[in-house]
Amino acid sequence: MNRNEIIKAVGKPFLSEEKVKISCREVNVYYGQNHAIKNVSVDIAEKEVTAFIGPSGCGKSTFLRCINRMNDTIKTCRIEGEIRLDGENIYDRNVDPVLLRARIGMVFQKPNPFPKSIYQNVAYGPRIHGLARNKSELDEIVITSLEKAGLFNEVKDQLGHPGTSLSGGQQQRLCIARAISVQPELILMDEPCSALDPIATAKIEELMDELRQNYTIIIVTHSMQQAARVSQRTAFFHLGNLIEVGDTNEIFVNPEHKLTQDYITGRYG
Amino acid sequence: MNNIGGIQENSGARLQLIKAGLKRRYAKEKIFRTLGITAIVIALMMLTVLFVTITKNGYSAFQQTFIRLKITFDASVIDPEHTGDTGVLSQADYGRLVKKTLREMFPEVKKRREKRDLYSIVSSGAAFQLRKMVMDDPGLIGTTQTVWVPADDDIDMLIKGYIKTGKEGTGRIKADKAAWVNTLIENRAIEKRFNFAFFTGGDSREPELAGIWGAVVGSLYTMFVTLILSFPLGVATAVYLEEFAPKNIWTDIIEVNINNLAAVPSIVFGLLGLAVFLNFFGLPRSAPIVGGLVLTLMTLPTIIIASRVSLQSVPPSIREGALGVGASKMQSVMHHVLPLALPGMLTGTIIGMARALGETAPLLMIGMVAFIVDIPAGIFDKATVLPVQIYLWADSPERAFAERTSAAIIVLLAFLLIMNALAVVLRKKFEKRW
Repeated sequence: MNRNEIIKAVGKPFLSEEKVKISCREVNVYYGQNHAIKNVSVDIAEKEVTAFIGPSGCGKSTFLRCINRMNDTIKTCRIEGEIRLDGENIYDRNVDPVLLRARIGMVFQKPNPFPKSIYQNVAYGPRIHGLARNKSELDEIVITSLEKAGLFNEVKDQLGHPGTSLSGGQQQRLCIARAISVQPELILMDEPCSALDPIATAKIEELMDELRQNYTIIIVTHSMQQAARVSQRTAFFHLGNLIEVGDTNEIFVNPEHKLTQDYITGRYG
Repeated sequence: MNNIGGIQENSGARLQLIKAGLKRRYAKEKIFRTLGITAIVIALMMLTVLFVTITKNGYSAFQQTFIRLKITFDASVIDPEHTGDTGVLSQADYGRLVKKTLREMFPEVKKRREKRDLYSIVSSGAAFQLRKMVMDDPGLIGTTQTVWVPADDDIDMLIKGYIKTGKEGTGRIKADKAAWVNTLIENRAIEKRFNFAFFTGGDSREPELAGIWGAVVGSLYTMFVTLILSFPLGVATAVYLEEFAPKNIWTDIIEVNINNLAAVPSIVFGLLGLAVFLNFFGLPRSAPIVGGLVLTLMTLPTIIIASRVSLQSVPPSIREGALGVGASKMQSVMHHVLPLALPGMLTGTIIGMARALGETAPLLMIGMVAFIVDIPAGIFDKATVLPVQIYLWADSPERAFAERTSAAIIVLLAFLLIMNALAVVLRKKFEKRW
């Protein structure tokens, strides 16, 4: 398919060059025989929140995990096509996945703090990358990260307490603090609120709104309301295909594709 | 589906049906519960029988019969030329002192054969005891001291009531011997005391002198070698196979072989040790180093399997979390996965070590069954281990070794308990339930 055909099929996948942080071109992902992502081409805008929505098993999480090469750990997974971060193909032979993951942070569906203290959870990333020259610099990184994640005031007196002793929402914010402690350019969030109650969810959404001043964020979500609330752009996936992508306002108000319309109005999925 | 009215109509009959079924279900549950409790009770009963019999047979070995002798450290016997030389002191005939004292205690004994019988009520270890006293303090020469010396094992058994005096000329204890013992009892010159020698001595042909300490030290050295070899090797193997190795036919073959190795009879490892460590590498026979190597081979599969299981039980979300902040594979394993898997690995190691501690067969093949009197001073010294010591004593004809066998089993069980307690403490220390 050429560029125009793609545009015609899926709405507005491409952005002007200065806005693009990540560009994906004809990405195909296979798990063994299973063709999980089919020919997806899309641009992700810098310092915006992009939401991936779609019914379960549509491939949105798989696609997200391609962006920081998390799928490398799955032996049967094969990826074709190219994903460019600031113009550089991350699947190039000379790209180090460890370095890539230092640039692209990730927050997972289930809060997964390390079984260590709150402080150690946040300090781990900067420590392994050697970002702090001494203890006071490390302290500073930990505190700023916790502050940015909106958690510092709640935990400042218990930095030595285990991270797993926090509530689910706090744990997830701790994971966000852990992700931003290495100062990534991009944060991937894989259904970050699916295990949280509405209040904790609201806090995380608020946080994402603030974080987008400095970071590019991609969020996978089941909740269309959430996508509508937090994102500027939305991509709708279905059975491994990218069905429609565009500005969130347009997609939710006036979807071009019938599948999209059915999904966001609740008649499907 | 039926409409609601239909369901209500049938509800009475339906409830009856469920109720009838419920009774059957509860009956099944009850049977299962009874079976379970029965199994536990039987197991506990067996355990109690084991402990009671062993303790009943063995506790008396913790005491030993001693005889009070008034020994005159005669200078003319020990050091006739008054040299004061340690060589002379250590060569002196201390047995003569014991015999002289015994003759003085029982002046009516005149015949040669009777005298020999009289001398035999005291252990041959008495002379060594006197020698040690003089060597420690030469000032004793010329003085008269009251000394408690161990009685011969037959007398010990008689006092403890394990053997009876026979009729004239029959049984191990003849009538005149019994009479002497009675005299000693009347004079309060014979009594049971705590058996220090059993806990501090090495093996001996004389039951009253035989001790368990040599075997305990041998076991400690052997376990030490086994632990420092098998734990790191086993854990490293498990980590590699579980976290790093590609999944292909070769790793499958390795896995199958490790599982098979766990089921190989232990004596086969002994034969391997004999062929490889002794004959090929020429390591010393009967030494804890070889015993430890053989037991390492035997425990490795257990540790590897347990370690792999505990690695598998670490949630993948922890690995992803570590990789997500940019940790390398190695870092995610070393910093996060391994610490979480460690308690499980320790449990597996302890199970393996406990098995190794009780292992006899492979050690017979590499010569640890030899009769060794000295306490081993290192892993290259000749030694024996607790289970082999038990085997050796159980094989000895003297009645006194029977109680020592049971006592040695008590010591082995205590050893095992201490080891397991240590493991629990270590586990608790590493286990982070957060």
